[in-house]
Amino acid sequence: MSHLGYLLAGWSIGLGTLALYGWSVLRRARNAARQVPPGRRRWMTADD
Amino acid sequence: MSATAATRPAAEHHPTSTSSRGTRVLGTLIAVGIPLLLLFAFALSPEDDSMQDAVRLLYIHVPVAIMAYVGFGLTALASAAYLWKRTRWWDTVAHASAEIGVIFCGLTLVTGSIWGRPTWNTWWEWGDVRLVTTLVLFLVFVGYLAFRRVPSDPEVRARRAAVLGIVGAINIPIVNRSVEWWENSTLHQQSSLTDGNLEDLTLFTWFLGTVVMGAVFLWLLIHRFRLAWLEDEIDRHGLASAIDERRAEARAGVEQAVGGQVQGAVEPRGGTQ
Repeated sequence: MSHLGYLLAGWSIGLGTLALYGWSVLRRARNAARQVPPGRRRWMTADD
Repeated sequence: MSATAATRPAAEHHPTSTSSRGTRVLGTLIAVGIPLLLLFAFALSPEDDSMQDAVRLLYIHVPVAIMAYVGFGLTALASAAYLWKRTRWWDTVAHASAEIGVIFCGLTLVTGSIWGRPTWNTWWEWGDVRLVTTLVLFLVFVGYLAFRRVPSDPEVRARRAAVLGIVGAINIPIVNRSVEWWENSTLHQQSSLTDGNLEDLTLFTWFLGTVVMGAVFLWLLIHRFRLAWLEDEIDRHGLASAIDERRAEARAGVEQAVGGQVQGAVEPRGGTQ
């Protein structure tokens, strides 16, 4: 396969950045959720 | 669902997270979609006659570029809705969408640069109007996010950010049409989707990449929205608590002062007896 180094760099930077950002959002959300009472979490419903 | 689970409070289901049934389903689809996309991008789709295997970078570059447009476009729409409705919900959507748009736009620039090196023999070309307008779009929304971090009255900040979000998005059609408007000032080719020369598997892989990146965008948007909502709740709750504490301190101070005056007024009399 030609240009393998470029392919690996492009895909790993692309998917890696998205994964890292997603993980960072989840981590910050866990920390923030601990400080807010369940009733004030906007998205929560009675059965979820 | 069991009776115990049905009566269990919501907080016990998800004590400390922003996930829900919808995001878990979306996350599962993404977990299946990404390996499938890699399979098509690297193994099943054919190489291009002129670009050879570098074409496989376009299966991530083009979808992330589309999601950057979607992110900034949604920011503009949510900003307009905020100026109309003046609700915190729309302001939070605009904020979350802009941040994710910046991530996708940054990835567009990086993956495009990596693709440009083997294809055009250059990492970056300042004379290319699409590259430069995309960079301007990225910097405008980095500025938008920086502006949102400046401490000020939340309503004033939201209103000004909404105007900035709408003005910044004017650049989206310019970036998109730049290869046609300034066709002599770009290395980019015009749209490949409409010329009918693409093979079916190439088109399908592009489509699959767009669907998978769309799911990633939506998953991130939902979580980022909920995080922004929580942060706002903490700010508001923290401010309310601080005001209550100051009021309590002030009341205690007044009571102490009044108590001291009463005691002072009683003691001298007691001393003369």
